[in-house]
Amino acid sequence: MRANQPVIAPSRMSQGFDPRNLVLPVVVFAIAEVLALAYVPADSFSLAAPHDVAVELVRHLADGTLMLATAQTLGAALSGLGLGGGLGLVFGVVLGLSPAADRLMSVTVETLRPIPPAALIPLSLLVYGFGLRMELAIIAFTTMWPVLVLTRAAIRETEPGLIEVARVLRLSAWRTATRIVLPGAVPRIFVAFRLAAAISLVVAVTVEVVANPRGLGYGMMLAAQSLHPAISFAFLVWIAIVGWCFNWSLVWLERQFFARRGAE
Amino acid sequence: MNAVARSLWLAGSLGVAAGFVAVWHAVSAAGLVSPVFLPPPAAVGRALVNGFTNGDMLANLAATVARVFGGWLLASLLGIVLGVIIGISSRARIYVAPSLEAIRPLPVSALVPIFIGLLGFTEQMVLAVIAFGALWPTLLSTVHGFGAVEPRLYEVCRSLRLGRWEVIRKIALPSAMPDILAGMRVGLTVSLILVVVAEILGSREGVGYSILLAQRSYQAADIFAGIFLLGCVGYASAGLINIAEKRLIYWRR
Repeated sequence: MRANQPVIAPSRMSQGFDPRNLVLPVVVFAIAEVLALAYVPADSFSLAAPHDVAVELVRHLADGTLMLATAQTLGAALSGLGLGGGLGLVFGVVLGLSPAADRLMSVTVETLRPIPPAALIPLSLLVYGFGLRMELAIIAFTTMWPVLVLTRAAIRETEPGLIEVARVLRLSAWRTATRIVLPGAVPRIFVAFRLAAAISLVVAVTVEVVANPRGLGYGMMLAAQSLHPAISFAFLVWIAIVGWCFNWSLVWLERQFFARRGAE
Repeated sequence: MNAVARSLWLAGSLGVAAGFVAVWHAVSAAGLVSPVFLPPPAAVGRALVNGFTNGDMLANLAATVARVFGGWLLASLLGIVLGVIIGISSRARIYVAPSLEAIRPLPVSALVPIFIGLLGFTEQMVLAVIAFGALWPTLLSTVHGFGAVEPRLYEVCRSLRLGRWEVIRKIALPSAMPDILAGMRVGLTVSLILVVVAEILGSREGVGYSILLAQRSYQAADIFAGIFLLGCVGYASAGLINIAEKRLIYWRR
């Protein structure tokens, strides 16, 4: 990920925990609680006091609503990622290995890639109706592009010295690809999947908020529309927690697999 | 590669794309996929022309583009200013940055119902959603860019006795510019997604909402026309960022 594709602020999780990190959230929650007690009526349709949100969060965690919704959302995100990431990987390898194919496909790729995934929700709804499939189609379409682009870049930036070694050893094109180019690209392909996984969760929640009656996004939307702000904030807090844990485990996984590269 | 070869490759690439459209036409003409889902390309073209000449496609497009850029510019400005404030002070980085990092993975579209609850089905709601969502990438990358400034440059500033504002303007901002632009690029992608979500959930006239209306009345050609338009907006805005990147960080090449 060093060249070309600038990566936004790498994760700070490696820097360890500092108790001072907690000052701001504690202060914000305290202020919100005081303001809510002072100004938000108990029957407000749009806002809720933090303690009410906490009560609803615990209640929905205890009765399993949140767990079911989380399983639905994460399941859709990960299967969509498998589908879209798999396709992106195949196309990325092909386009990375063959500059001619890459140039010929460039207009097609550059035309389809900028389509915002949310625009596809109505189309997917028309084709598949409500349910898992319409969500999968959109997640797969969205996650395919980053994996394709980053895999292509990873393969193209193989150390030229290694290619020369392969030439000196008279390796065939196939063996060069499978023995030298692909193994060298694996860590960066993993990074591509990590980024795509983060995107998949965002898209899953978006599809659920907009249209699909399942998962965390729908639970949040339903609570907001039935004017239960404490429940919808509880869903929001839970979505934030799930998002954080999801990203954290992806970074952790990457560390486990590629610990040797950590020193770079 | 010289100019002739490049334009030949471009022509070939356009040819491949035209080939895909031809396949689409053939599939649709042969009735392999129901026209309810997949209208022929000519019908999509007609829907586009019709939308621009007789319908309110132009007004929709203008409204959506104005929202995207208004919200995005607001977010970028706020993100850079807040990012500079947090990034320049090592104390703020310790106290504030981890909380911001913790919020970053939150899917902002989940906030749309809450924004609707607060602001109603209004234009301000759409702008607030986009500005809030597109703020994070720019803010965090600005903080990161400021944190990654070569420490010796700060030492140089100290020996030159530069004021704090001069340090920001002459050293830190240019050095963080690649990060900031990368953040703004992500912010623009986020804005495009959020404008559609906010238009659909907030029932605000625009290209995103027109796609939803087309779906409700089973007008597949209009859906494709809307998706095509949003793709164009995405393509054009990515191109603008590329140009900005070339001009603002020319010294990097």
